[in-house]
Amino acid sequence: MTPAAPSARGQRRLTIAEALREAIAEEMRHDEKVFLIGEDIGVPGGFGGAFGVYLGLTDEFGHERIIDTPISEKAIAGAAIGAALMGMRPIPDLQYADFLFECMDELVNQAAKMRYMSNGKLSVPMVLRCPVGTANRGAQHGQSPESYFVHVPGLKVVCISDAYHAKGLLKSAVRDDDPVIFFEHKLLYGSKGREQAGGMDLTAHVPEEEYFFPIGRAVVKRAGTSVTVVATHLSLYRSLAAAEELARDGIECEVIDPLTLLPLDEETIFASVRKTGRLVIAHEDTLTGGWGAELAARVGEECLYSLQAPIRRVASHDVPLPVAPVMEQTVVPSVARIKAALASCCEG
Amino acid sequence: MSSDTPAGMTERGSAQITPEIDAAHALNLYRQMLLIRRFEERVYLLYLQGEIPGTLHQCQGQEAVAVGVCDVLRRTDWITSTHRPHGHALAKGLDLGAAMAELYGKATGCCGGKGGSMHLGDPSVGMLPAIAIVGGGNTVVTGLGLAFKLMRTDQVAVCFFGEGASNEGAFHEGLNFAAVQRLPIVFACENNLYGASTPFHQASLVPDVAARAAAYGVRGEIIDGMDVLAVREAAARAVAEARAGAGPVLLEFKTYRFAGHSRGDVRGYRSREEEAEWKERDPIVRLRERLAATGDAEVLAETAAQVEAALDDAIEFARQSPLPRAEDALTGAHATVISSGASS
Repeated sequence: MTPAAPSARGQRRLTIAEALREAIAEEMRHDEKVFLIGEDIGVPGGFGGAFGVYLGLTDEFGHERIIDTPISEKAIAGAAIGAALMGMRPIPDLQYADFLFECMDELVNQAAKMRYMSNGKLSVPMVLRCPVGTANRGAQHGQSPESYFVHVPGLKVVCISDAYHAKGLLKSAVRDDDPVIFFEHKLLYGSKGREQAGGMDLTAHVPEEEYFFPIGRAVVKRAGTSVTVVATHLSLYRSLAAAEELARDGIECEVIDPLTLLPLDEETIFASVRKTGRLVIAHEDTLTGGWGAELAARVGEECLYSLQAPIRRVASHDVPLPVAPVMEQTVVPSVARIKAALASCCEG
Repeated sequence: MSSDTPAGMTERGSAQITPEIDAAHALNLYRQMLLIRRFEERVYLLYLQGEIPGTLHQCQGQEAVAVGVCDVLRRTDWITSTHRPHGHALAKGLDLGAAMAELYGKATGCCGGKGGSMHLGDPSVGMLPAIAIVGGGNTVVTGLGLAFKLMRTDQVAVCFFGEGASNEGAFHEGLNFAAVQRLPIVFACENNLYGASTPFHQASLVPDVAARAAAYGVRGEIIDGMDVLAVREAAARAVAEARAGAGPVLLEFKTYRFAGHSRGDVRGYRSREEEAEWKERDPIVRLRERLAATGDAEVLAETAAQVEAALDDAIEFARQSPLPRAEDALTGAHATVISSGASS
């Protein structure tokens, strides 16, 4: 494992990839029932997973607990579900979130329903890690399909955007008794995303001592009084960048990272909306039927009389993803689009 | 009773039916098959009378597969089942009253009324809630086998599925993964010739599902699914191989469902002649004849009476059981209580 560069204050800072790797290693040490299963995750001389998160783990845990599979997403998901039903705590990996559609039956009909159908006699404790997000990979390797799973009772849906919460939430997810779909953005894993995320340092302080961050809790990333922004993944960083620009005009955005989409931390979000009276939602998932629509509906139901302006959603346009960078960046939420939505929201 | 009764039959159950099976054991297989048959027949009438909600997928004719396979399993072994699970559930030892009550949608059902006919199951006897998606069990079962392997137990998992599932991707992914991981799994295909109404010869140019085992480096075997002793013998070998760590086996049981696909099916897609031919091979009749030949007709009558009495009790239990509390429908999807999602 690459040692993290100490920050100015001497605190240890890790990338998301490093934080995830550390969380996995800690949980595998803590509980021998935790194991990894997926494509290209432990092959000697291989990749350590499509994004290198598992690099080095076979040295400590061996190939019995880091199981390389055929390219069989249904089998990977089914094996994880079945093992979880028998009391194991698998962390399956499908390489790209786009490949989730290969195993929708296992996830939606089996994992999500076994607990309910068995009247609580069985549970499916597993964490399915899924890289999302555009990175010039086109229509079938860049989607952000979180919203499909927010629609499924029985699942939990997490979206992490920084190393601190990545580690704390992954550890909580591994110990959770429900199936958790854990979405990570490809451009945020390491240093590569910095410039595309607006020049921000994506490493974060990750304490050396053990900690957990609870599923179902949002965090306020930037406090403000003018308008609330709820955003995930890269859209979160673009929202933060837009907020900095608007601050120069005296608009103070409160930026919230929901972290968990199912169950959603309504308390934190509603409190912010009641304070600011304005809401912008930004996500890279497509607009129609996206989780932003669900959040907008809930805010409409619960906070309507606090709103001073229409809710705005900034999402990927409703088209498949193109590869050409100029086209791709037109489709996904940009700093400019988020800023425009914020400004528009604050006009009224 | 025939005059050539073996001398040993003066003591009930001491005769050997096969080298492995004595008469008492065979009688138990008979009792289980008869229980499933009569369960299905009585449940069908109760359904028509409006006592049982929903729909039913029944397994009359296929009893030998469920009973023969489960007979060689331990309570700690697990099975996955299908939309047609009644026989598997009873053969694996699921409580008769809890099964009946589940069909009735009662709180005392094995799934508390949340599962119903298509999701019968009970972890305490080693049965997942039946998976009513065709092929759904074929991938999930690999996880059961993987867990047994990782936990170093000697448990075995059996995946029941129909020939229709063999055209699902799940069949191929599950079998291949189980093979490369040498998982302790027996894939038990009940080939009843029809996927709902579609004959298998229209769905596959390969007439035998077992032939597909070769594609995955797995042993495949075709068995007369209308002969419970043949089923049991093949299952015993397959389970022993799986338990010993030799990897999965694919068994194909040629069988036939005497009833329709589901409760409203009038079976217009197959001939009455074909049905009559298969009914000639009724596994319950065949074993009854064999048992009768060994000498004890009285015990067969007793067994039938016991089966009816057990079903009487189960039906009465289901009828008298309380309905689930309506509000319990809103809980239990998650292990931890989550606040979102409650609509007004």
